[in-house]
Amino acid sequence: MSMKLGIDIGSTTVKLVAVKDGNIVYKRYERHFSKVREKACELLRDAEAVLCCEPLKAAITGSAGLGAAKASGIDFVQEVFATRRAVGVHVPQADVVIELGGEDAKIIFLTGQLEERMNGSCAGGTGAFIDQMAILLDVSPSDLDLLSLEAERIYTIASRCGVFAKSDIQPLMNDGARREDLAASIFQAVVNQTLTGLAQGREIKGDVLFLGGPLYFFKGLQKRFQETLGLDNSHAHFPALAPYAIAAGAAEYAGDTGREYSYDELLGCLEKAAGEPVVSQYLSPLFTSHEEFREFTRRHDCHDVMTENVTVYSGDAYLGIDCGSTTTKIVLMGDKNQILYHHYQPNKGNPVDVIREQLAQLYRLCGDRVRIVASAVTGYGEALIQNAFGIDFGLVETVAHFYAARHFNPDVDFIIDIGGQDIKCFKIRNNCIDNIFLNEACSSGCGSFIETFARSMGYSIEEFCKLGLLSETPIDLGSRCTVFMNSSVKQAQKDGASIDMISAGLSVSVVKNALYKVIRAHSPDDLGKHIVVQGGTFLNNAILRSFEQEIGREVTRPAISGLMGAYGAALHARDNRPEHTALIRPEELEGFRHTSKSVKCGLCSNHCDLTVNTFPGGRRFLSGNRCERPLGRGEAKPLPDLYAWKLDYLKALACAPREGAAPLGRIGVPFGLNFYELLPFWKTFLEALGFEVVVSDVSSRDLYQRGQHSIPSDTVCYPAKLMHGHIENLFEKGVTRIFYPCMTYNLDEGRGDNCYNCPVVAYYPELLQANVARLSEVDFLMPYFELSDRKEFTRQAVRFFRERFPQLHRKEIAAAAEAGYGALQDYYAAVHEEGRKAIAYADENGLEIAVIVGRPYHIDPEINHGLNRLIASYGMVIVTEDAVWDLAQQPEVRVLNQWTYHSRMYSAANYVVRKENAQLIQLVSFGCGIDAITTDEIRSIVEGGGKIYTQLKIDEINNLGAAKIRVRSMLAAVEEGRKLGKQ
Amino acid sequence: MENSNNYAVFTEEMRKDYTILVPNMLPIQFGLMLQIMGNYGYKMELLTTEGPSIVEQGLKNVHNDTCYPALLAIGQLMDAIESGKYDTHKIALIMSQTGGGCRASNYIHLLRKALAKNGHDYIPVISLNFSGLEANPGFTFTPQMLMQIAYGVLLGDMIMMIYNQCRAYEVVPGSSRKAVGVCMDVIAQRFSGNRMILYSEVKKLYRFILRVFERVRLDRSVPKKRVGVVGEIYVKFSPLGNNHLEDFLVAEGCEPVLAGLLDFCMYCLYNAVVDHRLYGRSAKAAAMNRMMYDFVLSKQKDIIRVMKKHGQFRPPIPFEEVRRLSHEIIGEGVKMGEGWLLPAEMVELIHEGVPNIVCAQPFGCLPNHIAGKGMVRKIRERYPEANIVSVDYDPGASKINQENRIKLMLSAAK
Repeated sequence: MSMKLGIDIGSTTVKLVAVKDGNIVYKRYERHFSKVREKACELLRDAEAVLCCEPLKAAITGSAGLGAAKASGIDFVQEVFATRRAVGVHVPQADVVIELGGEDAKIIFLTGQLEERMNGSCAGGTGAFIDQMAILLDVSPSDLDLLSLEAERIYTIASRCGVFAKSDIQPLMNDGARREDLAASIFQAVVNQTLTGLAQGREIKGDVLFLGGPLYFFKGLQKRFQETLGLDNSHAHFPALAPYAIAAGAAEYAGDTGREYSYDELLGCLEKAAGEPVVSQYLSPLFTSHEEFREFTRRHDCHDVMTENVTVYSGDAYLGIDCGSTTTKIVLMGDKNQILYHHYQPNKGNPVDVIREQLAQLYRLCGDRVRIVASAVTGYGEALIQNAFGIDFGLVETVAHFYAARHFNPDVDFIIDIGGQDIKCFKIRNNCIDNIFLNEACSSGCGSFIETFARSMGYSIEEFCKLGLLSETPIDLGSRCTVFMNSSVKQAQKDGASIDMISAGLSVSVVKNALYKVIRAHSPDDLGKHIVVQGGTFLNNAILRSFEQEIGREVTRPAISGLMGAYGAALHARDNRPEHTALIRPEELEGFRHTSKSVKCGLCSNHCDLTVNTFPGGRRFLSGNRCERPLGRGEAKPLPDLYAWKLDYLKALACAPREGAAPLGRIGVPFGLNFYELLPFWKTFLEALGFEVVVSDVSSRDLYQRGQHSIPSDTVCYPAKLMHGHIENLFEKGVTRIFYPCMTYNLDEGRGDNCYNCPVVAYYPELLQANVARLSEVDFLMPYFELSDRKEFTRQAVRFFRERFPQLHRKEIAAAAEAGYGALQDYYAAVHEEGRKAIAYADENGLEIAVIVGRPYHIDPEINHGLNRLIASYGMVIVTEDAVWDLAQQPEVRVLNQWTYHSRMYSAANYVVRKENAQLIQLVSFGCGIDAITTDEIRSIVEGGGKIYTQLKIDEINNLGAAKIRVRSMLAAVEEGRKLGKQ
Repeated sequence: MENSNNYAVFTEEMRKDYTILVPNMLPIQFGLMLQIMGNYGYKMELLTTEGPSIVEQGLKNVHNDTCYPALLAIGQLMDAIESGKYDTHKIALIMSQTGGGCRASNYIHLLRKALAKNGHDYIPVISLNFSGLEANPGFTFTPQMLMQIAYGVLLGDMIMMIYNQCRAYEVVPGSSRKAVGVCMDVIAQRFSGNRMILYSEVKKLYRFILRVFERVRLDRSVPKKRVGVVGEIYVKFSPLGNNHLEDFLVAEGCEPVLAGLLDFCMYCLYNAVVDHRLYGRSAKAAAMNRMMYDFVLSKQKDIIRVMKKHGQFRPPIPFEEVRRLSHEIIGEGVKMGEGWLLPAEMVELIHEGVPNIVCAQPFGCLPNHIAGKGMVRKIRERYPEANIVSVDYDPGASKINQENRIKLMLSAAK
């Protein structure tokens, strides 16, 4: 019998397994660092002693193995199929197999109906994800594992993809959360992703077999899986075979193939494949000659700042700190704006320590000659650092960057900053920030993406980028979010692309991403004439060059590109010099101790995860709060807030008990999507028919998770996903009948060309019926109704209800419809009335009005994550689109205006343009396809009227960081604009 | 409020010497349709361009969160305009507008925005719609024209269907492709210059197509896996949109099975009937559409009869049957995007003995959340043999990822 050989070429590793007579006689597991085919040859050569004297049958498997298989002519077997083979032979009792690889996650249900699932193209890798997170926490993956075993609590971290998770972890780190807890939370995120993204409602029970490298090496991950699934040791299997299982399956498969190789033949095939030329799409090189490169560096070297050594200087100095998401930057500036001292360092998860050390160092260097007279801080950690060290000013980072850029180029009209985690760009008009573009959660992580990538390939970021500079054929990796880039890189590796090609290609991708995804620039003129580029990522010449090439224009890169935020803060400190600085004194700094602990706030139903930081002198700083209550500042009179008001109105309505007996029994309605608008109608109507209406609870994270398992499409918007939870919630309330109509058309308010609902709102009941198994056990009423024509609706209602409840009379149903329309009108009238009051209040008190335009269901606190409270905390009165749309004409739009909810937004935008003290903030649910159309249109209405357009994207992520920057920048710009207007 | 004068209109004047550029979706059907339009004095050109510059133009000119079909169709048109091949003052563009509740009705506006952004707002864009959304003085259909175009679709669908049945089994590589060419040429010849083609002529062409394909030598001794392709209409049909999915399936040793364009047209027609029944919307529109629906249905019956009589190829399933099959899965009121047609086609395939199905859609396609991915579980529950893989297409998704998922489905295929 011949020896069976399986080679598994994954996204990060190569595995080789040899099987003889049913026993594994040889196995190897190694990282390939993108040298896919060479590594496969190397492993095969190493195995010569075992394999050389036998006839061999071989098969290749794995996500990066297809190319190698094609080029070598060796049989290829799909990896899930291979896994199943391995399980059948080696662990036959398994009911479910969960396999996590470098970037793929798979689940196979063996018992009952066989089902195999793989992660979708948008769910980031898992092994690679853990690696990435380990680098973020600055520990090795195995240390991450050890740390996780000491965890005391688990934070909620978005599990959908790496980029999201990262933006959840970063603020936690900056706020001082324990690394042990973070480590375990990361593993929990992996578990959640596997269970929700892959299992999708199918229960995981019986004997569960865990395969793949990560599940074998990380005990912490095993523990999280076991605890979450409630598996005891006899049902959770973590076999030693785990990392090799797919290769072993491929070996089994090889047994069925016809061809036999001698060892030398096989090696020959693979070596031939390793030498194959590469077929991919290439880009033009960054530099065609060394001469060109020298000219390029010469040009950029001239944008420098004067420096002076702090040990020589004497006089007043200004301190600027930029506490960013991944790095901390410090600048000490003299009275001629010269830089006396600067420092740039990764946070390593604890910016407070970094700054404490730096301040101590500064005070030593300053001695008695240099006096720090003012200080300012900007960036993600602004509030924490300001509290910890008594910094005089805090300013939003966009403003800090603008101050610095203006210093280098007074004519600057466009600034683009690519940092570790974010891309920030803004236009400058009339010496004030006019238009901000921030990357949404989905395309973030750009600078740190390259860095993480470089490190995972075993290079430092500098080395990695240098390699790309002179690459002759950069590879085209596309321009989308980094998770997509990961798989493009995977494909490039599969095709045998070398490191320099990938490096140059990644630089181009980052730039394209910024230009076309974030700024959506069309021509260089869209950006501006005087472009200043900055941020640590632009220190990298490959990126700078790609940028200039892509826009076809030369730009200014200050030599202190990475320090601009801090420098801007120092300039701000200089301009606003206080009489006495509050900065922590050297003697206080000596005994400085910082402790943090995490608690759950119990003051309201939000249950925010709070981090309590304690500093010397009993100073405390709270973070993680979404409102002022835990700060204990007492209850000031809250400003008018239509978000809160509408929610209260509907909540009161939902809870209001029915008067009198209900002859038709109880009927449940889910409190989500269009019920946020139509609840007054349906509740009144159904009660008038004789039902007792049970409304599901207001959404919460917990409610979402209860329904999560039956969500079939992981890219649908969050408001829709929540509906699954609402249905479960109704089951918990014991209802046996649920009412949820399909509505192709919405109410017609006469402002559009048609009055559609969006497809998701219109037909979600159909999806629920098809995916929530328990709905078949209750009476699920899912009629197709249209409300815009009263008579017509009555006809539909009579037909539908008479068929099911013959005891109802036509007249009763018509009367119920009348009552429903009445209640809906009352609600509209109340919203309008309240809106007028709020506007009047703002006008009387000289306050700014925030018109938040979105959908009715955006008032759901689980959907907006308390954004309204955040915006209100900046002293704005909050009004909704449905309260003001009738106050302005419908503007001319250049799109087909055919959705009712969206028509309102256009009118509301028109209102904002005409109202002096109103600003527009548009809420967009991630994944909302229709908003791809409305956002551009609303932007052009608002900007056409000389106002600033602000967009906040919302998702299941609970992080308000980006929202804060946008809102504050907008307010800073409005204020600056006013000042200028008055001068 | 649609305001009619803020964009360039295609006038009767322009009809004389303007070339209308058409983004590609279905080379065969669209080719025949354009041929017929030519007889009515429209100079139309089907764009057959490919390559990365199309996606690039799309990314540059369209909001990147917009669906992939918009990105590609607009990208293809912009790419053609920028290519320098055309006198931009002598071209017009055309874009379909279904008037349904999904984003597709807005493509035309996105295209106009893209034109304006590039300083080409003088180029007229024709809205191809049958719901009265926009009128174009220079581009109108008479009922007679519509009927002629329907003939083109009938013939095109038939060619495509038979071609797919042959290519996986052909003995001489490329011979079935050649047969397509022969059919197209002959039909083009018959159609050209002739404003009124009689249906009897079309019927002759049915038999002609069968005769051409019966000469393609096939080897059916090794059974091939049959794989159905359903999904969002553009991505389902357009090789540009689905990374040449049909070719990939053939290369993997499978026979692709696709319902034609006609099914989608009939689905659209029938929706007005449903709108009347459910919501009491226009009875007149419902009656009109019902009439057209019945007309097309009778023509489909003819094809089925001819093909059955010939006996060598599998005829389509009568659309009425397809429509009825949807009822067990989804309500007839689901009419945005592909709506109820999508699950109907999946179930039809299963009934036909093709349980292996690729459901192709653009990433984040709204109607497909419901009618595509959303119905898979229910279909599996009813038909345990169903082997469905849902694949997303967008400019960033790599081909390897898509192919890997399809291969996984194939590995379980029977």
